[in-house]
Amino acid sequence: MNARDTILARVREALSVEGPGPHQRAGDKAGHGHPPAAPVRGALPVVALEAARPWLPDGGATPEERAAILEGNLARLKAVLHRVPTLHRARDLLFALARERDWKRVAWHAEALVEALLPGIPCALHRVDAPAGPAADSAAGKDALESCDAGITACEALVAQTGSILVSSATCGGRSLSVLPPVHVVVASPGQIVATLADALDLARDRHAGAMPSMLSFITGPSRTGDIERILVLGAHGPKELIVILVDDVGS
Amino acid sequence: MSATGQSADAVKIPPPAAEAPAAGAKRRFVADARTFVRETDRRAFLRRALAGYEATRDTQKARYRDWEQARDAANLAKWNAVNRLDEMLVRFAEAFEAGGGKVHWARDAEEARGIILGIVRDCGARAIIKSKCMTSEEIHLNAALEAEGYGVVESDLGEFIQQLRGEPPFHFVFPCMHVLRGEISKLFEEHLGSAPTNEPEELTMIARRHMRRLYVEADVGITGGNFLVAETGQISITENEGNARLTAALPRVHVALVGIEKCVERLDDLAVLLPMLATAGTGQPLTCYNTLYGGPRRPGETDGPREMHVVLLDNGRSAILADPEQRDSLQCIRCGACLNVCPIFKNVGGFTYGTTYQGPIGSVITPHLRGLADWNHLSQASSLCGACTDACPVRIDIHHHLLHNRRNAVRGTPSRLGRAAHRAFAFVAARPRLFALGGALFRRTLWLAKRLRPPPLSAWLATRDLPRPPARSFREQWRSRPLPALASAPAARERP
Repeated sequence: MNARDTILARVREALSVEGPGPHQRAGDKAGHGHPPAAPVRGALPVVALEAARPWLPDGGATPEERAAILEGNLARLKAVLHRVPTLHRARDLLFALARERDWKRVAWHAEALVEALLPGIPCALHRVDAPAGPAADSAAGKDALESCDAGITACEALVAQTGSILVSSATCGGRSLSVLPPVHVVVASPGQIVATLADALDLARDRHAGAMPSMLSFITGPSRTGDIERILVLGAHGPKELIVILVDDVGS
Repeated sequence: MSATGQSADAVKIPPPAAEAPAAGAKRRFVADARTFVRETDRRAFLRRALAGYEATRDTQKARYRDWEQARDAANLAKWNAVNRLDEMLVRFAEAFEAGGGKVHWARDAEEARGIILGIVRDCGARAIIKSKCMTSEEIHLNAALEAEGYGVVESDLGEFIQQLRGEPPFHFVFPCMHVLRGEISKLFEEHLGSAPTNEPEELTMIARRHMRRLYVEADVGITGGNFLVAETGQISITENEGNARLTAALPRVHVALVGIEKCVERLDDLAVLLPMLATAGTGQPLTCYNTLYGGPRRPGETDGPREMHVVLLDNGRSAILADPEQRDSLQCIRCGACLNVCPIFKNVGGFTYGTTYQGPIGSVITPHLRGLADWNHLSQASSLCGACTDACPVRIDIHHHLLHNRRNAVRGTPSRLGRAAHRAFAFVAARPRLFALGGALFRRTLWLAKRLRPPPLSAWLATRDLPRPPARSFREQWRSRPLPALASAPAARERP
């Protein structure tokens, strides 16, 4: 028997002896205050997520509530949120950031909202999905991205419940753009805010039905570590700064 | 905390404890526990760090609308997958391979090492970068790769520090929580030629700068995996630093080594498990990066590995599954919450266990994975206070399983002395007069035992005191109790 068949046979044999149901403590007849559930093989007795939705942290019921919860969570996570009314104002903001931090080169990917912010930016640009020039995964391409001061990406969704940004390898400039440069700038519209993680997963599944991107990543604040004496340090390996620009009127 | 930093040099570094061979594991546990207990500075430091963890965790728990109900849901999601594991594994493997990745099955550690060495050889790799992966500690992967001449670098800051120190992780979530900043500064000075500093921020940046080139140059990236999603054929990786993201983005081959018990049925299950893992593990709302990988780069994507392999590791897990009583210990999501609240862990430290998985959950599963005969002493490394069970986000009955392991250990070979003692007790307890006589004798001679300290009582008395015996037995006190006044009795009964 090959390894696969051996492991599956071991698992099947082990499971041929029924165990206790969920929440049922082994060897405890009365249970610990939980109703004993009959072990059901082949079917989940209660749909875990549906059951848990009302117990997890709140994501907000209206767009205003969701935006407010997102704002609070991003602040707690030490991410920076700028909400601007028009694309024009978003461009001014990016211009000011580039000037103030003396960015030499900024990486981006071809997406309408990202492209709309770039005209007039006072630094060099590096497009990661450029058809000509070094491919993003060549040594030259990796080095070029590594030397950029910031990466600008779109996102799939913003999650109010956790303050997360969902990016994918298909729609947000691949895998490295959002994590290799020391600053990650996300540009999005308030319509992209969803309440919960479950909503964001549903949205990704619907949008990419049948062909999920090879990577989906929830980014929750700038990269961090507490490995040294449990003291929080930002920018362990990923971006030190996460800047979210929400543009109210993206048609402007 | 700066005072702690300054006292770094005064504190003795514990002896490096590579995963202990089975023989003598108990003796080493006792010896290492003795050593660590004497390091009062380091223990105080550990206690402070874990008190900080409890405070942040509680703040975050308070944001849940109902934490206890959420625990039920997390338990249900994992129970469902573990109790249908065969089906989950088949579905995961099919869906993942449909996405262009390759699934490998490893019955044991040796087979897993062979598979990974084969992948590394086939792609002509020179440099390998790793993100935190406890399964690789379990199979001693780094040593196997290094023996074949490959350079392997741990990219997680804590794991990197432990790699430089030549030590295994101290805690499976916080690998270097026992190391003080002064020690890290010296370590970096010695290995990386950096200038000494007392700032955690600067120390982190030294590691960051060192690692950047290594990500770009590595040919293979090795990661673990926190969840295998059967529905979509994706693996989910949870991390804070971004090192796993980079490890799975820049090298041309990505290998993930994951235990078979990591399955969940549906993508939606992660909407419960990811926040609970973060809150129980580190007190965060969500860990900084939670990433799903469904295979190598797809056509049209600009970067990412050309090959992706998932190695599914059994290595004793199916033996735990075969014990229905303790099957739920496979629901573990390795958040480390049970270590963080364990009074034993706080006092003996992580190395003392001599296992890949430390603390209460490690004490439950290690006897299954590596033999009850040699590892049963871990079942005694518990006060059975139940703090671990209360902390567990997926409701594993940890402290009862420690008790089950104690029972299982004596079931085959009950001690002759123990049996004789129980038989004698049964004989005496069934005879009231004899019982009274025995009790009276015991109360009057306890002081003698304290003075003479005969074995095996001496072992108990080495660290504990005997209680002072009461002057009279319960039965004597009962017999001489004042009788209740008859008139007041009914009135007392009428009170609500």
